[in-house]
Amino acid sequence: MKAAVITFPGSNCDRDLAVAFEKAGAHVTKVWHKDAALPKGLDIVGIPGGFSFGDYLRCGAIAAQSPVAAAIRAFAETGGHVIGICNGFQVLTETGLLPGVLMRNAGLKFVCKSVDLKVESTNSAFTNLWSKGDLARVPIAHHDGNYTIDAEGLARLKAEDRIAFTYAENPNGSTADIAGVLSANRRVLGMMPHPERMAEAAHGGTDGARLFGSLMAALAAA
Amino acid sequence: MTAPLKAQVLKARVHVMLKDGVLDPQGEAVRHALGTLGFSGVEAVRQGKVIELDLSATDKGAAEAEVRAMCEKLLANTVIEKYTVEIA
Repeated sequence: MKAAVITFPGSNCDRDLAVAFEKAGAHVTKVWHKDAALPKGLDIVGIPGGFSFGDYLRCGAIAAQSPVAAAIRAFAETGGHVIGICNGFQVLTETGLLPGVLMRNAGLKFVCKSVDLKVESTNSAFTNLWSKGDLARVPIAHHDGNYTIDAEGLARLKAEDRIAFTYAENPNGSTADIAGVLSANRRVLGMMPHPERMAEAAHGGTDGARLFGSLMAALAAA
Repeated sequence: MTAPLKAQVLKARVHVMLKDGVLDPQGEAVRHALGTLGFSGVEAVRQGKVIELDLSATDKGAAEAEVRAMCEKLLANTVIEKYTVEIA
């Protein structure tokens, strides 16, 4: 599996995400936001957490206009897999690759703790090693994780089985407890929790490693 | 000595607000804080942004169309936000 991890000014989970991919067996290339082209033969692009461009204007809004964002959009539109974690999820909604928007947490505070995620859909390259209803303990660390989508959009996500993860206990006010959603072709995942921070025993748990293992199982042969 | 004539600059002012019906937790927190300070009778607070732009364009209509395009592409997220444009 060949992975690329994007770095924007202000990204701070790019190294952790690259390590998690590598630990799962992937070959990782780091890509700078000014690069207008992605490496050839990629299986997946990872957009990491952090505070790209200082969260100026809106979280992810400036990053979504960067040269590499156009390349990521083209990659996704031709069937490539993309995962956006935390700020990466915000970038994906700002590019329009995922529906909805991440608003300020309902409690207005930055929330930093480990939470239980419920696996809602196993029908994706990101979640195929789980069973529906499994719990995964993964950290969250965000100020703007309140996933918001209108009733029509929510109905569509539900009807198409595109809610990948929900929170067992909602930490930020997100619509329908949503923690992660899939694109219509199921190949783009955005999620606020950080699986890369729960990917080896030294992290205090390995529940997040299963996501990278799922990707490896689904994409290694491709 | 007279300074060289400067090209006329058009000023655009963009107001970005959350759409009606979208919960504004920050505005709600401000309303609560005003109540704590003794300002009674504040029924609602909505918080938004003002963005000012200096434009080299000379045609007001064209400038407004351009700024509206900027709002659609970047300055507002029209999933949850609405905007107004004033040109002066």
